[in-house]
Amino acid sequence: MINKLRGMERRRAGVLASMGDRWQTLPKWQRSLGLLAFVAFLYHLPYLGKLPGGLVIPGLNGLRTDSISGGSNWSGVLFTCAVYVLVAIGLNVVIGLAGLLDLGYIGFFAIGAYGVALFGSVNSPVVQWFQAEFNLPATWAVTWAICAFIALVLALISGVILGWPTLRLRGDYLAIVTLGFGEIIRIVARNAENVTNGPQGISAIPGPEGPPSPDNQVFGLIDVKPWYWLALTVVLLMVFAVRRLEHSRVGRSWLAIREDEDAAAVMGVYPFKFKLWAFAIGAALGGFAGFLFASRYAFIDPTQFNVNLSILFVAMVVVGGSGNMIGVSVGAVLLAYLPERFREVADYRWLAFGLAMVLVMILRPQGLIPSRRRARELKDRAAQAEEAPAHV
Amino acid sequence: MNFDDLFGHIGQHTVDGLSKGAIYALIALGYTLVYGVLRLINFAHSEVFMVGTFAVLGLWTAFGVENNPPIGQAILFLVLGLIVAAVASGGTALALERIAYRPLRRKNAPPLIFLITAIGLSLVLVEIFGLVLPKLLGEAVPSIFGRARIILGMPTIIEQETLFTVLGTSITNIQLIVFVAAVVMMALLDWFINRTRYGRGVRAVAQNPETAALMGVNQERVIMLIFVLGGIMAGAAALLWSMRFGFTQNSIGFVLGLKAFTAAVLGGIGNLRGALVGGLFLGIVEVYGATLFASNWEDVIAFVVLVVVLMFRPTGILGESLGRARA
Repeated sequence: MINKLRGMERRRAGVLASMGDRWQTLPKWQRSLGLLAFVAFLYHLPYLGKLPGGLVIPGLNGLRTDSISGGSNWSGVLFTCAVYVLVAIGLNVVIGLAGLLDLGYIGFFAIGAYGVALFGSVNSPVVQWFQAEFNLPATWAVTWAICAFIALVLALISGVILGWPTLRLRGDYLAIVTLGFGEIIRIVARNAENVTNGPQGISAIPGPEGPPSPDNQVFGLIDVKPWYWLALTVVLLMVFAVRRLEHSRVGRSWLAIREDEDAAAVMGVYPFKFKLWAFAIGAALGGFAGFLFASRYAFIDPTQFNVNLSILFVAMVVVGGSGNMIGVSVGAVLLAYLPERFREVADYRWLAFGLAMVLVMILRPQGLIPSRRRARELKDRAAQAEEAPAHV
Repeated sequence: MNFDDLFGHIGQHTVDGLSKGAIYALIALGYTLVYGVLRLINFAHSEVFMVGTFAVLGLWTAFGVENNPPIGQAILFLVLGLIVAAVASGGTALALERIAYRPLRRKNAPPLIFLITAIGLSLVLVEIFGLVLPKLLGEAVPSIFGRARIILGMPTIIEQETLFTVLGTSITNIQLIVFVAAVVMMALLDWFINRTRYGRGVRAVAQNPETAALMGVNQERVIMLIFVLGGIMAGAAALLWSMRFGFTQNSIGFVLGLKAFTAAVLGGIGNLRGALVGGLFLGIVEVYGATLFASNWEDVIAFVVLVVVLMFRPTGILGESLGRARA
């Protein structure tokens, strides 16, 4: 059966690769047009299958999560997908490009979320302290846009603080330490009651139009479509930025470090510096995703940032195809969308994620949609194993 | 900062820490054995321990063991529990090796891939015990997303009572049993690795796999052996845990495994005696820390200790020993 699976896998990968090749050979204007159409389609997604005048397209409508009984809000699911894609892009910089397995990514996500909660909500002890100290009115809080900046900077700084001592460690150790770091953040958020409100969490986290209230015209709690469009815009901007980064000197250094750290060091790439960069940039992206998440739900508490979610993030990256931005985005969308659409099996989602991780690693370690370079690397290693079977 | 409590009852805290640390040390052996030979962190080892606790629970439930059975029965069920837990945990560890690690080793996969596979496996095991088994066994389980899997209580096999008091420090019978049993198990393992023929094979592969293979050591068998040994130790730890704490849960392995790993690193991963030292040290530090701050900071202390140790002395207190020949 394993062989049959392998054969199917190979055919699927072959089709994907040939499609990729054909895309590459298209003239530039056709590619830009295709891309533009795709982006337009993404913005159109909340209306998927619904025509003006109340008409419904049955096939497409079935894809919506609200087409099943008790299904979740379709735009809400899209928003979650977009946030997870942002997380996957950030984590891909750390795992896929720089080759650092970060199991505590949820920590940065949480820091971003708490960044907006602590400074933007009138219910947060930090804001209340400011109010008491500087005699500010009880409605005073930091505006949302400044909170975005604060969340980003906090996540970036925490990435550097965590990376500084730990990035000297090699792969496995780093993974365990980051796992511990994610837990530390969660426990601190739970225990530091006079800063984070502890287990009760923080409510009334603001959105672009201020704290949640009936006056909010666009970014309210009922209609999630604007939130999705906002998140999608952020994702597209970040995809563009990370793509530029990937093909820059920094990106090439990351790949060199991932493939062979010692060789890269000998060739004049200072690994520590670039690893720290990867960690900090990844952390900032994760923090921004957490910021969007907290703003949309207007309430956070420490239980939302548990280890399972952190492992889900890693699963998105490795199942999709670490090192390839399209791959990790597809992984993120799949892992966020499938349990919502097929609610009958939603209980088994963690089991399915675990199985998917094991199966993908054994059958196809480069992921469902691999980056070409990564696929070649793994092939090389397999070839080496053939040559020297005695080696462990 | 509660210094009065810490220094006032330092003996008591030390005893508590030692008996806690003994369990960490037993689990840590599994990490250390596998790391010493294969240079890989068997992340799913914490779930091997979890399976052991469920085996003990299953056995005691099947025989309808009640609280405080007569002493003869208690001993019988402890011995049976040890056997069942060791078989269950050892079998799980072996199965993990066969299903997941062997195909990867064949392909000479990078270490990251081993680690990701292990994480997936541990998630699968946690879910099997939290979701699939309860459904199969027909128990109503609240299936709230991700958490709220129920905590399962176990019968008290031996009532906890103070055996003797030295200088105001009371030592209970369970603490003594846990500590002694753990040290005996570790001494046995140490003897096995250092004195027997099989142990020599393990040490040889740890030092240099190619040369060991040339000298006729069956590498695959050695690898199976270390997984089974680690599993047996985790099974013993599972029995001691069940005896001392009297509960289990499908997610019990995560934090405990992380602490055991910390213990292994503390003592010098790859070093069997280091695991004992590291486990006991971590147990004591944790109890002191929990007294000094508050008990809800306990887990943070273990993680901070881990980070600090890895930063300043990544080879641990005693350094590496199984694979000393490799730099």
